Amino acid sequence: MSEQSSVAYETKSLPVTPKKLGSRMPKHLVPWVFMAPALLLFALYVLYPIVSSFILSFYSWDGLGDKTWIGFDNYIQLFDSETFWTALTNNVIWMVLFMLAPPIGLGIALFLNQKVRGIRLVKALFFFPFVISQVVIGLVFSWFYDPNLGLLNSILDLFGFNTIALLSSEEYVTYGIIAAGLWPQIAYCMILYLTGLNNLSPDQIEAARLDRAKGFKMLRHIILPQLAPATFIAVVVTVIGALRSFDLVATMTAGGPWGSSTVLAYMMYEESIFNYRMGYGAAVAVVLFLIMAVYIAYFLVRMLRSEK
Amino acid sequence: MYPKPIEHSSKLVNVAYRISLPITIVLWLMPLAAVMMTSIRSIQDINQGNYWGWPTSFNFIENYMLVFQSTEMGQYLLNSIMITIPAVMGAVALSTLAGYALAKYQFKGNILMLAIFIGGNFVPFQILMIPVRDLTISLGLYDTHMALIMFHVAFQTGFCTLFMRNFIVGLPNELLESARVDGVSEFKIFWHIVLPLVKPALAALAVLVFTFIWNDYFWALVLVQSDTVRPVTAGLSSLQGQWLASWNLISAGAVVAALPPVALFFAMQRHFIAGLTLGATKG
Repeated sequence: MSEQSSVAYETKSLPVTPKKLGSRMPKHLVPWVFMAPALLLFALYVLYPIVSSFILSFYSWDGLGDKTWIGFDNYIQLFDSETFWTALTNNVIWMVLFMLAPPIGLGIALFLNQKVRGIRLVKALFFFPFVISQVVIGLVFSWFYDPNLGLLNSILDLFGFNTIALLSSEEYVTYGIIAAGLWPQIAYCMILYLTGLNNLSPDQIEAARLDRAKGFKMLRHIILPQLAPATFIAVVVTVIGALRSFDLVATMTAGGPWGSSTVLAYMMYEESIFNYRMGYGAAVAVVLFLIMAVYIAYFLVRMLRSEK
Repeated sequence: MYPKPIEHSSKLVNVAYRISLPITIVLWLMPLAAVMMTSIRSIQDINQGNYWGWPTSFNFIENYMLVFQSTEMGQYLLNSIMITIPAVMGAVALSTLAGYALAKYQFKGNILMLAIFIGGNFVPFQILMIPVRDLTISLGLYDTHMALIMFHVAFQTGFCTLFMRNFIVGLPNELLESARVDGVSEFKIFWHIVLPLVKPALAALAVLVFTFIWNDYFWALVLVQSDTVRPVTAGLSSLQGQWLASWNLISAGAVVAALPPVALFFAMQRHFIAGLTLGATKG
């Protein structure tokens, strides 16, 4: 504080010349000058590429030669392709099963929201998976599922079940990857709810306790409404996380076996980088973007409304 | 407090709760514990299929030394550091300026700009992939550290700007106004008044963004390819292909790759969680 006042004092004693930044500049330009570097880079690396990908999706391009305008052909091919529908279906499965993350995260948060010795460390350890790279998580789970040496099969064996090669089964592979993805996602939701539980209004809880509200009723009518902001964020980041899933698919199966575990994000990467079909890849990206745009718009509307 | 503080319950419940905590932790982190155990096993153990039993010998030093000697892991780690640190500094610097503009100036387009920064932060990477790759190639940056630094600075600026804006909004206006009345220039106000006040937020943000950038895998695949620039995430997954049978070494590599963000998280836990929720719980 003393630093600031001394600064203010010094500048006060200086003659204010019109050459200084901010006094020479028209006032309405000042915020734009502060924003300029961020905005410039953001426009170059985020805004312009979005537009550019939309345009590219109407071209046929191998990444090197000339681009040829083909109108909606990429999209027509896309909707005819089996891989696309597999990827889209898998994305829907991801989204549905990822919705388990907020309630499980809430459950763990309720379990851990106590003041006993060492609880801080316990919370930190529960949060741990979120800090680790998804590449490492993919590796850990590939190994967990390994048909010969994985822990999963040892456990199944122990209880007398048949063992399975989860990641080479077309039927189960997506569920195996989603389980790996849920692990850090639950950790993230848990931390959001722990923060929410910290900010509960004690008065309301006391009042409800005096009214003999208990257990599930208390949770549903008193606690959950107060946790609504945390729930909102948890659901949004979970949906976005499910739609963004790429790292785990790439490291655990590369979309296999026979493309059965691919998702839109991975399909796009595969088509453009391995098959050199940039225009087609861009079309996949546009579809993914449009699906996500619905959620982004919903999030923005709610967020900006609360700003006003 | 909800649920009810456990101290008010019976002794039995208390004991049961305290015992259940370590058990759930072990179950929750079991896959990770297995990797850490494997990373200190001997190759004999691996070949004999002793994956889950007690190791016959503890090869902690041998295995970790071998990872650095016979793979490029050391180089990958160095690359990750050389990419992540400048990118974090760049993103935090740019977004502090932008966040201040959005927090403390009323101007036409203020809300629109905020919406663009937030929205851009959520877009799928794939919609950016081809144009960003082309841009990187035409800037002559493909397969350099700078390729990844530039992209991460630009992309993380979205989230960081929202974060800094939400923090700076809470600073008292009177301080800025009185400086303005005294004729202090706008930039000096930022430098001498705003910047010292946002220092705690900068730490929280830096820790968080460090983790995001360190763990990036997608752009490491798309924008670089040689071992001399590849960060540790992409490096690790290429090792997985080359060292298929040596699970003890791959595990050691995984532990090495995961360690820096984990260490940072435990060192600055409070900052980290504050960062995660300040960016999030508003709204």
